Amino acid sequence: MNDRPSLHVEPGKVVLSGAWTLAEMLPRLAELQAGLAAATDGNRQWDLSALTRLDSAAAVLLWRAWQATWPVSLEIGDMHRRIVERVAELPQEMPPPPVARVHLPEFIGRYLLKAAANLRGMIALFGQLILDTFFLLRHPRDIPWREFTANVYKAGALALPVTALVGFLIGVTISYLSALQLKSFGADLFIVNILGISIIRELGPVLVAVLVAGRSGSAMTAQIGVMRVTEEIDALSTMGISRSIRVVLPKIVGLTVAMPLLVLWTSAVAMFGGMLAALLQLDLSLVYFLENLPRVVPVSNLYIGLGKGFVFGFVIALVACYFGLHVKPNTESLSANTTSAVVTAITTVILVDAIFAVFTRQVGVPHL
Amino acid sequence: MSRQTVIELDGVCTRFGGNTVHRDLDLCVKEGQIVGLLGGSGSGKTTLLREILGLHRPDAGVVRLFGVDLNDPDIRVQRNIRRRLGMLFQHGALFSALSVYDNIAFPLRELRCLDEDWIRRLVHLKLAMVGLGVSHGKLMPAELSGGMVKRVALARALALEPELLLLDEPTAGLDPDRSQNFVELIGELQRELGLTVVMVTHDLNTLAGLASHVAILADRRIIAYGTRSEIMTIDHPFVTGFFGADRRKLL
Ligand SMILES: Nc1ncnc2c1ncn2[C@@H]1O[C@H](COP(=O)(O)OP(=O)(O)OP(=O)(O)O)[C@@H](O)[C@H]1O
Ligand SMILES: [Mg+2]
Repeated sequence: MNDRPSLHVEPGKVVLSGAWTLAEMLPRLAELQAGLAAATDGNRQWDLSALTRLDSAAAVLLWRAWQATWPVSLEIGDMHRRIVERVAELPQEMPPPPVARVHLPEFIGRYLLKAAANLRGMIALFGQLILDTFFLLRHPRDIPWREFTANVYKAGALALPVTALVGFLIGVTISYLSALQLKSFGADLFIVNILGISIIRELGPVLVAVLVAGRSGSAMTAQIGVMRVTEEIDALSTMGISRSIRVVLPKIVGLTVAMPLLVLWTSAVAMFGGMLAALLQLDLSLVYFLENLPRVVPVSNLYIGLGKGFVFGFVIALVACYFGLHVKPNTESLSANTTSAVVTAITTVILVDAIFAVFTRQVGVPHL
Repeated sequence: MSRQTVIELDGVCTRFGGNTVHRDLDLCVKEGQIVGLLGGSGSGKTTLLREILGLHRPDAGVVRLFGVDLNDPDIRVQRNIRRRLGMLFQHGALFSALSVYDNIAFPLRELRCLDEDWIRRLVHLKLAMVGLGVSHGKLMPAELSGGMVKRVALARALALEPELLLLDEPTAGLDPDRSQNFVELIGELQRELGLTVVMVTHDLNTLAGLASHVAILADRRIIAYGTRSEIMTIDHPFVTGFFGADRRKLL
């Protein structure tokens, strides 16, 4: 019964027949619309009694063709009349949904306000963490050891291969490029100073921070975010389990503990890569390298590197958890917040790194 | 006149791991029928609907919609079939990133043939059909109550004017008044458009008010399929347990 919708103009009246449904109309929509528009002029008599089917999409089409008034004479089955009546009952003027217009000052202002609100929220989260810590000190039985160790494993142990690979390659690259320069000055031996200071103090921590922000930070935001979307967080609180103690604290503490270890590991692998490149490029023996390293690179550089790792880990996890907790229950917000978390975490890490550089400028730099 | 077969399931078997959900299940739904699908919780009703939709491929057997095998490799055939059916998911499955208005407008926009004014009128029409106002259009799915989610999902399922409507527990979560409205709405649509409806429901009132036929899913297959009065005479533990003393009510 594939009866196609059709329209004839007979003298004095317009006759519609066939099945006027969305599916049947689609293939010849333009033709039908043009036909209706042509038929409407001057024709106030419509015969719809031969219709087999009429759905609301077609009813809307007809009603628009009639310019929102009933024709002078209309022959139509009762069932189909109901459908057209439903359309007729709708308000005539449909205001289009308002389109938000963006003004530049408003945009900037909103952006700044949002940044301020985020900062405030993170400080509040930090305060909550301190309160939770005091609570846990008084009730050591409530310390979530399992979640904590699980996070150290996920964010730390599982990140070992990728950080090692990246660290090794960066070590090789820096060593190779520096060696080319140093060779032309005949200052080969300074490769130890350059690699030692740059990797241990600066590159190791920042490299690991960027990797971890992309790897663990996004995972934390997404996990907490999905728990919010599916109301799992609410279910936890209903059971009297504090979300900050069970969900947020273990993540932050876990990453804060794991990061310095990751930094140590990555710096060591990067140094190894650098040493290999130096051996191949400058014929500098590994033994010479290792003997001179403690002499030219004061151990305080290592402490600075580990300290940075500690702070970076904390910052990344705090930012990630904050954005996770502020996911609104829809997929768009989930993706936006995950992006924000990673971008904010990396930016903050670089900012903190600059602050570190300013305040430790007297420390650990060998004076020749 | 002989009625066209809309859904035809032939020897469908479904397994999840070691758990057999359907075994040799047959069902044949004709045009214009409103079929109430009954079965215990976890008996595989939702899975059956997903198979009819082609979202889940049965391990064995054939699913035909409007006479077309769902395994047909032609994408255009597949798409045209999909446009002829609407589905109301058990939990709504609204697009969480889109407002109520955009959720309903989405399938219409995807046709790429309708202008915005037309779409706007249709969306408001569908909203009015399910008893929601223009102001609800701006809300996001997360801001709706459970019953409202159901109604918006129904409006979205109706957006493309489907010929076959699949409803998974449409009245669960609606107050009795709304369920009654719902029953009337679907009944009216069915009479006007000759819709075919398959609905999963546990609500006897919905079943009594709407269903022309009843299919009973138990023991991993359709143990009975027929008009309401035929079903009442079936002597099976599930039927006796389900209707209990309320058998009269259905007639
Ligand atoms: N994706 C899946 N993987 C594994 N098992 C599944 C999956 N989906 C469903 N099942 C199993 O199939 C069976 C039937 O599930 P289904 O959701 O179809 O039940 P139902 O009849 O709709 O129940 P209810 O009335 O509670 O909604 C259940 O035992 C369920 O555990
Ligand atoms: Mg179900």
